[in-house]
Amino acid sequence: MDPPAEPASPANDAPPALELRGIDKRFGPVHANRAVSFTIARGTVHGIVGENGAGKSTLMNIVYGFHRADAGEVWVHGRRVDIHRPHDAIAAGIGMVHQHFMLVDNFTVLENVVLGVEGGRRLADGLARARAELERLARDYGLAVPLDAVVEHLPVGLQQRVEILKALYRRAEILILDEPTAVLTPQETGQLFRMLARLREQGKTVILVTHKLREIMAVTDRVTVLRQGAVVHETATRETSERALAEKMVGRAVSLQVERTAARPGGVLLAVRDLEVRDRFGVTRVKQASFELRAGEILGIAGVAGNGQSELLEALAGILTPSRGEIVFQGAALMRGGFGPRARRRLGLAHVPEDRLRVGTVTAFSAQANAILGYQDQPAYSRCGLLRGSAILAGCERKMRDYDVRPPDPGLRLSAFSGGNQQKLVLAREIDCDPQVLLVGQPTRGVDIGAVEFIHRRLVGLRDGGKALLLVSVELDEILGLADRILVMFNGEIVGEVASADATEGKLGLMMAGVKEEPA
Amino acid sequence: MSAPGRLPRWADLGLLPIVSLLAALAVSAAIIALIGENPWVALRLMAAGAFGSQEAAGYTLYYATNFIFTGLAVAVAFHAGLFNIGCEGQAYVGGLGVGLVCLGLDHHWPFWAILPVAMVAAAVFGAAWAFIPAWLQARRGSHIVITTIMFNFIASALMTYLLVEVLIKPGQQSPETREFASAAWLPSLPALLGRLGLNVSASPLNLAFLFALAAAAFVWVFIWHTRWGYELRTVGQNPSAAVYAGISPPRVMLVAMLLSGALAGGLGLNEVMGVQHRLLLDFPGGAGFVGIAVALMGRNHPVGIILAAVLFGALYQGGSQLSFDLPRINRDMVVVIQGLVILACGALENLFRTPLAALFARWRHPGEGT
Repeated sequence: MDPPAEPASPANDAPPALELRGIDKRFGPVHANRAVSFTIARGTVHGIVGENGAGKSTLMNIVYGFHRADAGEVWVHGRRVDIHRPHDAIAAGIGMVHQHFMLVDNFTVLENVVLGVEGGRRLADGLARARAELERLARDYGLAVPLDAVVEHLPVGLQQRVEILKALYRRAEILILDEPTAVLTPQETGQLFRMLARLREQGKTVILVTHKLREIMAVTDRVTVLRQGAVVHETATRETSERALAEKMVGRAVSLQVERTAARPGGVLLAVRDLEVRDRFGVTRVKQASFELRAGEILGIAGVAGNGQSELLEALAGILTPSRGEIVFQGAALMRGGFGPRARRRLGLAHVPEDRLRVGTVTAFSAQANAILGYQDQPAYSRCGLLRGSAILAGCERKMRDYDVRPPDPGLRLSAFSGGNQQKLVLAREIDCDPQVLLVGQPTRGVDIGAVEFIHRRLVGLRDGGKALLLVSVELDEILGLADRILVMFNGEIVGEVASADATEGKLGLMMAGVKEEPA
Repeated sequence: MSAPGRLPRWADLGLLPIVSLLAALAVSAAIIALIGENPWVALRLMAAGAFGSQEAAGYTLYYATNFIFTGLAVAVAFHAGLFNIGCEGQAYVGGLGVGLVCLGLDHHWPFWAILPVAMVAAAVFGAAWAFIPAWLQARRGSHIVITTIMFNFIASALMTYLLVEVLIKPGQQSPETREFASAAWLPSLPALLGRLGLNVSASPLNLAFLFALAAAAFVWVFIWHTRWGYELRTVGQNPSAAVYAGISPPRVMLVAMLLSGALAGGLGLNEVMGVQHRLLLDFPGGAGFVGIAVALMGRNHPVGIILAAVLFGALYQGGSQLSFDLPRINRDMVVVIQGLVILACGALENLFRTPLAALFARWRHPGEGT
């Protein structure tokens, strides 16, 4: 491929960068997109928001050629284009950065960028040309990346940058970013947004697909709201608010903030002393963690993903064995290795895991089979090894009723439920046996806004009932909204504790970046 | 977004295998026509050979007995996420256990006392042969497909050694043990039915067939209605979720493989105690491998496995009849037909799944595109 030409300067009367006319798409009985039409002006950042299953991804996959629309037209820069496969989209100047990066981990940055557009038979020529071009792009857009570094050694923020470079190298004028901040630290998110602003200045058009309303407000010029596959709202970003957008997304008024009274902490239920946890590669992931968890409080663990929170949670749940330190539950030490997840559950230590699909459920099983996972040996569900089918069914029906799981069909495969309903079922299962301590990881990841509200209420209700909750979440809003005390983890260490009344995003953000709190 | 359409359960379990089977038979018919025989005649001969007489049906069910045992063995391992290709070896060694018990006790104990010991020996020897690959997989991560295949060869070598050097009846050339005394014979079903006043012509079909059916019922209860079966399926579907639920995947894998080996050992009852009445070389005769196809075709469900086992029993029995009657269709041709059935029902099942699912989607939501 030849080095791309300089982008033309944007003109005000230019046709829109992207125009969708009546895009319609069905997957069997699911109507994923209903006559979606909107335009995106050149040189803007355009947000697309909607709940899980609102049709955002389908729409973008149609624009990028992964799916074909049943009806409708795509116009790019005033020309109708027929997009059958990603190749056509790239030819039309559309680039996409996927949520899960499409990089070859053991290739260098340079090799990844030229992959598929090597240009000629001799790799060396293509690489040399690409190197010159990438250095120019890096200069123009502030996208510096070490070109000869192997991708798997780069932090996620830089890997994402490689994806953006890949698109720009293929002369993308329109860049689609699908949930780009899911894996980024607040700092990396800031960098990404500055990069997007730079791209906009240079006349590129950016489409930001996300469910995080705060980011929409921070970085976009206009925003389109999808609900059940249809466009329900479109507005200039400065004329709307997070609350208004949330209402449009859900279709009714929602409260983003859970109302709660001050905590009344009771006795210590769980004490952790000098805990050290190593992962299966022997890397120390939790260092010298000590804290106490009291009845009637929610203790939040904040931190950027991958700073040891997950391992801490798994060690407390009995999945990982700590290499040092002790965990005391209701006055009794849970000896190393002696108490697995099963024994801890029996003692009253329940666990809602961070990764619902890979850890917390068996998606190929029915809802009722999932509703006993971890409790299959309890007398309520099995006797002399035989499962008690009718008791399991009745228990699942009750949980589905209590937690408003829809559809309330215990026989349905778990994978057929939405993320929010799966999570409600997991929560119901873990709360059902009346645990004293509930360990909760990412309770609302991939959960629609309506269910978020429900789940948050339940968690606060559990606290008010005198139970202790340990909440691990990478969503700062969630920690700030729910926790009574907040511990911040960085690089495996607990770098500080903040009472919820004193906590601000700025303060937590600094601690999450490893700046230790100095005692005043 | 989910994939377009999913087959209803009855179609997945019933219709899909039948469509696959018909496709395999259609290809077989084409090949038979190609070599100059009439496919329709061949099919009729085959059906008659498999079910045309009481004796034929007896032979079919006798073959099916082996396939039920090995099919169940493959299925149990499969539910735990393990591909046990070693049923052949496990059945071989299970049969050794049966043989040793019979050789040791047949002149001393009555039948009703030998039978339970032989059953336990079949299970224990089969399970023991599965234990080493299972342990290597669970604790050392050695891939079970590789180790079980290798253990088939080891079993074969071991049995050859034992039969040629150790257990051979003194003073004869062929590597076989002496014949058991009749106290160690499983009674044949025709003989049993005869005692009840029902006149059925003789065939190798014996009591082991009923044991195979009982084993199928046991597997059904175990896999779907016990806590251990639930844990086994959880490990098979999602080992991380199993750990989260407090289940130890290595332990469950060991248990699943032991059970699998024990079921495969059941073949020894049918062959050694039921038919041959002695130990001889290669009595499993490939049934361990056919078990893989049977489990695949039977969707790892005991009912499906019984049906698939009867089908393969019919292919075996009807096939030998066919090669007997039609000179141009030899033994290898019959193997080709069996291979086509395995190919269509196992490897190519998704060939028909997608179009069938699309068909169902259209039928359920008429007027909508897919």
